[in-house]
Amino acid sequence: MNLNAFWEYANPKKFIQTTDRLLPWFAGLAAVTLVGGLIWGFFFTPEDYRQGSTVKIIYLHVPSALMAINAWLMMLVTSLIWIVRRHHVSALAARAAAPVGMVMTVIALVTGAIWGQPMWGTWWAWDPRLTSFLILFLFYLGYIALWEAIENDDTAADLTSILCLVGSVFALLSRYAVNFWNQGLHQGASLSLDKEENVADVFWYPLLVCMAGFVFLFIALVLMRTRTEIRARRMRALLARERMGA
Amino acid sequence: MIALLLRDIRLAMRAGGGFGLGLSFFLIVVVLVPFGVGPQSALLTVIAPGILWLGALLACLLSLDRILALDWEDGSLDLLATSPLPMEGIVSVKALAHWLTTGLPLVAAAPVLGLLLNLSEAGYKWLIISLFLGTPALSVIGTFGAALTVGLKRGGLLLSLLVLPLYVPTLIFGAEVARRGAEGFDVTTPLLMLAGITCGTIALLPFASAAVLRVNLR
Repeated sequence: MNLNAFWEYANPKKFIQTTDRLLPWFAGLAAVTLVGGLIWGFFFTPEDYRQGSTVKIIYLHVPSALMAINAWLMMLVTSLIWIVRRHHVSALAARAAAPVGMVMTVIALVTGAIWGQPMWGTWWAWDPRLTSFLILFLFYLGYIALWEAIENDDTAADLTSILCLVGSVFALLSRYAVNFWNQGLHQGASLSLDKEENVADVFWYPLLVCMAGFVFLFIALVLMRTRTEIRARRMRALLARERMGA
Repeated sequence: MIALLLRDIRLAMRAGGGFGLGLSFFLIVVVLVPFGVGPQSALLTVIAPGILWLGALLACLLSLDRILALDWEDGSLDLLATSPLPMEGIVSVKALAHWLTTGLPLVAAAPVLGLLLNLSEAGYKWLIISLFLGTPALSVIGTFGAALTVGLKRGGLLLSLLVLPLYVPTLIFGAEVARRGAEGFDVTTPLLMLAGITCGTIALLPFASAAVLRVNLR
């Protein structure tokens, strides 16, 4: 497939047609992997010898934290595509992803608090990672509020895209600033691609399935919401045309 | 550009321009803090750098919507946009005017208010330096926020929501300089980071502000 063929999917009609076929697959995969991974994780893994059963919240906490950041990255990419190539589907996809990403951030924060209460003895600590996630949440809030506040669709897309770019830089800056500002309670990164894993296999495999489940869930939700946005916009256009005719 | 700068400063100084509003707000915030936390001077000494930075930040935030909103309402922003000045220059001048009329007075007032909060002896120097270095970044970031929300009827609240997360790094490093200075620690790292943030925002953010303003004037 050459690169030009890829941009065909920026045509709303083609996008709807393609996702018509893809969406059930992603939704199905999300359901299967999530249900499978969570059942496996919750009922068929041993309890950690120090953390007891609380360790199992990892199957919600880690994947949602992963998607909270990836959703913002996806918004960054789609915002760039909107600024450079002005494909409406791209802007709508960024708009569709924002609330999903925000909910992921909230899930990560809440599950972290629920785990932190018995383990750290506190619901909340001003730990760098926790703080950066709270700041990320604020960025999502501002982004969504700006979308909601502007009436003209193209203006809103332009302004939110630029906010997303500027916000990304400042979010990164904040990440390093809070690292500098306070020493953390949160454990270091347990999962990475280039280092040896320090999560035992019994926990690692179901976690992997859950992470795949969250990725599929995210894709399915964003596709669904993008389709809704496209159709809502088309409906508004049709209504406007009808009013003009009448 | 200089004419525009002088015009903005003059407008801000005259009646209805809101000059001094930020200063009064800063004063009131600082006066209210001891009522909230109690008058123990030891506690006040500990929190003084943070409170002063936070007060300066909020006072700055208060006056942000005036940067562009008045010019937007009476149409002079459209005139400026059609003038030979590049949009990047206009937003930079606007930010500079905001800093001169809001940021600089805050820097000057901070030591007096530090007295009220029982700031430690060593803290004054670093408080002034950190505010002097940090407030330009607040003005430039705020101009970006003002440009984003200029077309909205009730943009004030949204403006705060958008700008406050962007203020986080500046506040962290600025308050860190003031705090370490007050406690007699080495301030090099946060000071360099603060200066870096200010230089970076001054250099890059006007482009974003100008792009946003062009969209809003379309």
